[in-house]
Amino acid sequence: MNRAAAVTVNAALAALAAVTLFPLLWMLSVSLMPANAALHLPPPLLPERLTLEHYRTLFAQLDLARYLANSSLLAIAVTALSLVFNTLAGYAFAKLRFAGRDRLFRLLLAAMAIPGQVAMLPLFLLLKQLGLINGYGGVIVPGMAGIFGIFLVRQYALSIPDSLLEAARIDGAGELRIFLSLALPLLSPILVTLAIFTFLGAWNDFMWPLIVLADSERHTLPVALANLMGEHALDTELMMAGAVLTLLPVLALFLALQRYYVEGLVLGSVKE
Amino acid sequence: MRLGSPGVWFVAPALSLLTVFFFAPVGAALLLSFTDFDIYALGDLSSLRWIGLGNYQQLSSSLQFWMALRNTGYFVVVGGPLSVAVSLAAALLVNHRLVRWPSVFRSVFFVPVVTTLVAVAVVWRYLYHPRYGFLNHALAVVGIAPVDWLGDPRWAMPSIILMAVWKNFGFNMIVFVAGLQSIPRRLYEAAAIDGAGAFRQFLHVTLPALAPTFLFVTIITMIGHFQLFAEPYLMTQGGPADSTLSLGLLMFREGFRWWNVGYASSIAFVLFALIACATWLQLRLRKP
Repeated sequence: MNRAAAVTVNAALAALAAVTLFPLLWMLSVSLMPANAALHLPPPLLPERLTLEHYRTLFAQLDLARYLANSSLLAIAVTALSLVFNTLAGYAFAKLRFAGRDRLFRLLLAAMAIPGQVAMLPLFLLLKQLGLINGYGGVIVPGMAGIFGIFLVRQYALSIPDSLLEAARIDGAGELRIFLSLALPLLSPILVTLAIFTFLGAWNDFMWPLIVLADSERHTLPVALANLMGEHALDTELMMAGAVLTLLPVLALFLALQRYYVEGLVLGSVKE
Repeated sequence: MRLGSPGVWFVAPALSLLTVFFFAPVGAALLLSFTDFDIYALGDLSSLRWIGLGNYQQLSSSLQFWMALRNTGYFVVVGGPLSVAVSLAAALLVNHRLVRWPSVFRSVFFVPVVTTLVAVAVVWRYLYHPRYGFLNHALAVVGIAPVDWLGDPRWAMPSIILMAVWKNFGFNMIVFVAGLQSIPRRLYEAAAIDGAGAFRQFLHVTLPALAPTFLFVTIITMIGHFQLFAEPYLMTQGGPADSTLSLGLLMFREGFRWWNVGYASSIAFVLFALIACATWLQLRLRKP
């Protein structure tokens, strides 16, 4: 009885895992096929002959290195800057007293339900006034603070014992010093989590970079890949290679640091 | 607020940024939706006029808007619950005590969540290819006639839903697993002593204990689904025959392609109002 159940459960999971991984593995396989090899019946699973020609074309003719650099630059800048501002705010909402703190925090929580799309048109006009449209700043500046980041840091910071901070205050340390030398080391696990969240979000973001970055030399990988889909719609294998290169950095990051990512997700979802 | 309080200085940078680049634009969007801001106003603000509810009147008589509203509703009402159901099923399976490598399966199911949608769209467009795609090939093996997944107005939205479920179910699965693991073991033991089988334990122990997790998951999923944009933009450009045109895509086109900023803002606000109402309703209905 138990044996039969174990086989059923594990088989169901294996089937679901196969369905989950198939599109990604097939993407990799097609990207290594010679041009037009994928468009055959029955659809080929594995390349008859391995080739890296599409990856070469992407770098040599389609300027992929530039998009890779753009995406990296934007994702790293957004991650680094937002980490600073969100951590300061999240820590204060958990551990420092000031008038209106809890009301302000509830307001932020409620605002999480506001879809980002609502702000986009006026934000575009504002950034245009500031001369940030069509530059990296147009993506970086609005990404420098985020409600979710503040929330995540606050939830984690609540676990820092007040007595620890009190002791430092009695010793005459200033709040900034306490934050830097005492709180920050304690917060480091959640900062890793938040950094991964932010980096993945910035790397994968599509709509806003599509709107803000008009010049093709500033395009991010996803935006460039979407253009490629329009211009090279028939070069299946080439597009698959572009897709593989877009996914590789985020998948590597996730697999390396998934423990932090999943823990943060759970923390962010647990009700207060 | 006392200005000298250190807490204020800690939150000030983030809150200023949020105010300038998020809250103020949201407020401005509401104001813009009562104006005729268009491509001319973009160059010369003096041509801007206050037109009251004019944009909303125009929306209510636009067939395309109702179509986008219907499609967005379809995606939210069918795609959302389907996504949650698959997540829950996967969580129950992964969390089953007889599973060999739970952490491996958990990671595998989570992989699509971290992938870039554009890259995923490239693959799925070919999985859906009417002639060379894997899906039709698989159907042919079991003797079912090919379907023009993205080219048939009846199938385009279900195809997008299927891809979205594949991409997103791992996220909610993790949240459900955390919820399942927080249920005390003794509840199941007590139920077993009372003679409850696996199914009745699920119905009377698991589901009630998961209620808070459910609320979180349904609200987050619903808000995400309302904002449907990139999937139809990349897979179908809103077609065929506007069958996958969403409110987000319509707003993008009107606002950022044709620069009908006032009109597009009214679409954005309808979306906002819908999400606010639906969230409020969820919270009300689930209140214990």
